[in-house]
Amino acid sequence: MTIEIDVRHRQGGFLLDASFSVDNGTVALFGPSGAGKTTLVNAVAGLVRPDRGRVVVDGTILLDTTRGVDIAPYRRRIGYIFQDGRLFPHLTVRQNLSYGRWFSEVVARAGPMERVVEMLGIGHILARYPQGLSGGEKQRVAIGRALLSGPRLMLMDEPLSSLDEQRKEEILPYIERLRDETGIPIILVSHSVSEVARLATSVVLLAEGRVRAVGAPSQVLQNVEVTKLTGNPLDRSVIEARVTRHDEGADVSTLMSAAGTWIVRRVDAPLDATVRIVVDPTDVILAKEEPRAVSALNCFSGRITGLRDRGTLLDVDVDCGGDLITSRITQFSAQRLGLSKGEGIHILIKAVALDKRAGAAGFGKSAGPGGGVSE
Amino acid sequence: MEQTFALGPEEWQAISLSLKVATVATLVSLPFGIFIAHALARWSFPGKSLLNGLVHLPLIMPPVVTGFVLLLLFGKQGPLGQFFAHYFGLVFSFRWTGAALACGIMGFPLLVRAVRLSIESVEPRLEHAAATLGASPILVFATITLPLAIPGIIAGMILAFAKAMGEFGATITFVSNIPGETQTIPSAIYTFTQVPGGDAGALRLTLISVAISIGALLASEALARQVGRRVEAA
Repeated sequence: MTIEIDVRHRQGGFLLDASFSVDNGTVALFGPSGAGKTTLVNAVAGLVRPDRGRVVVDGTILLDTTRGVDIAPYRRRIGYIFQDGRLFPHLTVRQNLSYGRWFSEVVARAGPMERVVEMLGIGHILARYPQGLSGGEKQRVAIGRALLSGPRLMLMDEPLSSLDEQRKEEILPYIERLRDETGIPIILVSHSVSEVARLATSVVLLAEGRVRAVGAPSQVLQNVEVTKLTGNPLDRSVIEARVTRHDEGADVSTLMSAAGTWIVRRVDAPLDATVRIVVDPTDVILAKEEPRAVSALNCFSGRITGLRDRGTLLDVDVDCGGDLITSRITQFSAQRLGLSKGEGIHILIKAVALDKRAGAAGFGKSAGPGGGVSE
Repeated sequence: MEQTFALGPEEWQAISLSLKVATVATLVSLPFGIFIAHALARWSFPGKSLLNGLVHLPLIMPPVVTGFVLLLLFGKQGPLGQFFAHYFGLVFSFRWTGAALACGIMGFPLLVRAVRLSIESVEPRLEHAAATLGASPILVFATITLPLAIPGIIAGMILAFAKAMGEFGATITFVSNIPGETQTIPSAIYTFTQVPGGDAGALRLTLISVAISIGALLASEALARQVGRRVEAA
């Protein structure tokens, strides 16, 4: 059960030459704008015919230019969720949802419409036309429409980028449910670290038309290259940890990662499950001496591996036994502390957010966003 | 006074013939018009600008020239005229069918232009979305492109109908001016103006002509509004 993509395509002066193979799950295509992400997914959908390429999903060859195989887009069974929704304006929400079913021979796979409607929470707008819907509603209908066509693979091209923060939070849980409940592999195009950290099971880093890294989100996103390539602040650290204890009385859970032991608000995940801890760099305090008697529950020690100038601010990368945690401090306090690369340092983490799912996607896993914890 | 506004049998004939000719011309040219408009809007093929020029030719050439070309091609001795007479039993010369052909050809550029513009305004991105949902190119056209282009198609049909109602030069050159067979409203008005005391008849037909034009325009606007309400881009 793998997705194999190898595409070479020249478009004007831009050359896309990307090749990777990943296991099913949610694959994030991550990279700065202009990296060729959309061209790549269009080639997978068949909307762009690459000069040379091979696309195989679960053993089905959709494109193989050396063998002259090029399945027409409408026969590929690929659900595509576009950045701009692209609902059909002359059809009602219900007709939009059933559009793919008119042509699909594999409707059974998608499950009954009622289930999808219920999952996406769009039962109350079925009779309406798209122009009256909010951005978030439109995108939910687009997800349902793609899902109901019985796809073997879902492509999502920055499905959240046209939405404001509040709407994003409205959609994210539905994408998580889609990922966890349907088992359909997803290729998610994104340039947002937090989106990728939250949704992806593997990440393909794409820049200037080339694949720069492939791997688990915690590895790829911590890659210092990411910051250089995306030109985007790597705004959060992502740490994978294992659940070791639930303390019912105090309503907290204990997690174990390479850095050490974490105490967080009770996680709704079984013992030994892997969860993802997301740390905002502005929630990380640095201390040169071991702190005592502080309110922060999570304190670790490590070594400074990088200092990144951000104008009046400074990002300090700290390697804590293998986990890379970034702290964002002012240049003023950096000077007072006198930080240097390779130096030992203590960090205090004021707050963490959790993504309960990671790797092992079991039944009935979380549908909501990870519980934010503030100590 | 009553005398002045009462329509004679010849006038009734001209009116009903005009309506028949214009309706047939519009409806028969519609599928061809949509096909060529779609080809011009969406496909790239060799000879595309040639086809575009050919379609627009009747708009630029003097109508009499178009009528004469039709006479050469579709007349009794013309190659296409013989072909249609032989295989379909369809004769154009000096028949109302010929008038419909001339009117259809003259209105064709207007029809194609309007339909082409409205097809071009349909987002190809919506067509791509439909394709990823499993719709073959023909189904994409039938379920997405065509319904979204309806306002332009209605506008094109009205233009073609109005053109057909008013067509004179090509028709009279090709099929002459035979009462009851090829004498449409414009030809009848022309005939009235050529005989002494025909002014009243010319005026009556002119008023009828204006009324039909306004009626068609109002009907099209009402229709386009009704369809357009839903087709408005989301």
